[in-house]
Amino acid sequence: MALTGVLRPSFSQIRVLDMPASIEFYTKHIGFHQVTEGPDGRVYLKSADEFDHHSIVLRRADSAGIDITAFKVLEDADLDKFEKRITDYGFKVDHVAAGEQPGTGRRIGWTIASGHRIELLAHSDPSDPRPKSHNPDVWEFDPHGMRARRLDHSLLYGPEIEKNLDFFEKVLDFRCAERVDMPDGLLAIWLTTGMKAHDIAFVKYPEPNKLHHVAFELENWNDVGHAADILTRYDISVDIGPTRHGITRGQTIYFFDPSGNRCEVFAGGYTYYPDIPTRTWDETQVGKGIFYYERKMNDAFLSVVS
Amino acid sequence: MAPQRYQVTLEGHGVCNAYEGERVLVALERAQGFGQLKNLPRKLPVGCRRGGCGICRVRVLSGQYRSGPMSRAHVSEQDEAEGVVLSCCVYALSDLSLRLETPVVVNAKGERALQPV
Repeated sequence: MALTGVLRPSFSQIRVLDMPASIEFYTKHIGFHQVTEGPDGRVYLKSADEFDHHSIVLRRADSAGIDITAFKVLEDADLDKFEKRITDYGFKVDHVAAGEQPGTGRRIGWTIASGHRIELLAHSDPSDPRPKSHNPDVWEFDPHGMRARRLDHSLLYGPEIEKNLDFFEKVLDFRCAERVDMPDGLLAIWLTTGMKAHDIAFVKYPEPNKLHHVAFELENWNDVGHAADILTRYDISVDIGPTRHGITRGQTIYFFDPSGNRCEVFAGGYTYYPDIPTRTWDETQVGKGIFYYERKMNDAFLSVVS
Repeated sequence: MAPQRYQVTLEGHGVCNAYEGERVLVALERAQGFGQLKNLPRKLPVGCRRGGCGICRVRVLSGQYRSGPMSRAHVSEQDEAEGVVLSCCVYALSDLSLRLETPVVVNAKGERALQPV
């Protein structure tokens, strides 16, 4: 099996201003389930189509934004290997004990050049609801709301993203699937650790540690349309869409959770292989890269973050 | 019973209706669509509409309102006491007069300045 090391996004921990409204939003509308609430009040959510314990953690706070972007590695020994490589690269690594989040094994964490905290973990307990692995149905529990099948990726904003690119490629073995180069330098990168078009992306922004969006995967374009119906029916704040990205080719809607954190529903996207060249975009076509049908960025794309 | 209707004045730009229980920013977006807001330096700054991004900051010059949760990263307790709020998180309780105070990030420490008008 070729896919080893860092496998995929594991969880994102998001800050919310209003916990009950946030739980309702992510469970009733996105279509996730609440797994549990921890003793410190953090709430753990997952899709019924995910095996692992949780993929979204909500933390009540007085500002919106993201605390942690975590990835799962294949084996526990990978944590030690990556810790050495990250430390050798020059970042200080800290340790989070197993159980700090329910159902979750030990984690290592550090802060990258753009100011974001990244973590790796190797173990997550299975939790219900989850798919069967023997004679499985296409779904075990009736999909509801937007019918999100899993956490897909996140887009983070901060300075020094060229340093993030170097680090993710050299230390975590990610590949750069696509990039945008402006006359004054690198604007954005889409990084993959497997065969998805991206697992994490970064856009250059003056303030560190900002969240542009966390994305949830939908089955197809028809479900993107269904998600759009839900957004209007429940008066959820929409940024743009349904539309399509030229970059990744994903079909998409951007909208906001009750605390102003941007979410995306994302369907499609091409299959990446490590021998495929990095797709590059310049200033003349970047609008089509971001929003393929509008062919230009909207006002919010580069300025509205949490 | 029809919801109570208030007048919101956006200093230098125009007057529009806002309804009881309606986010003031949503009323301003509607007014922009009807062409009721004149001489805006740029489009009305609209972001998340849910209190997280801070782009719709306004100073309430006069009038009564209630407010919902908004990010302390963008509205400090002192701001709030002075009537500086996110227009997406306030609801008119009387006629209001507002001034746009859109912040922009100016450096890597995340320090902000008012957007030049």
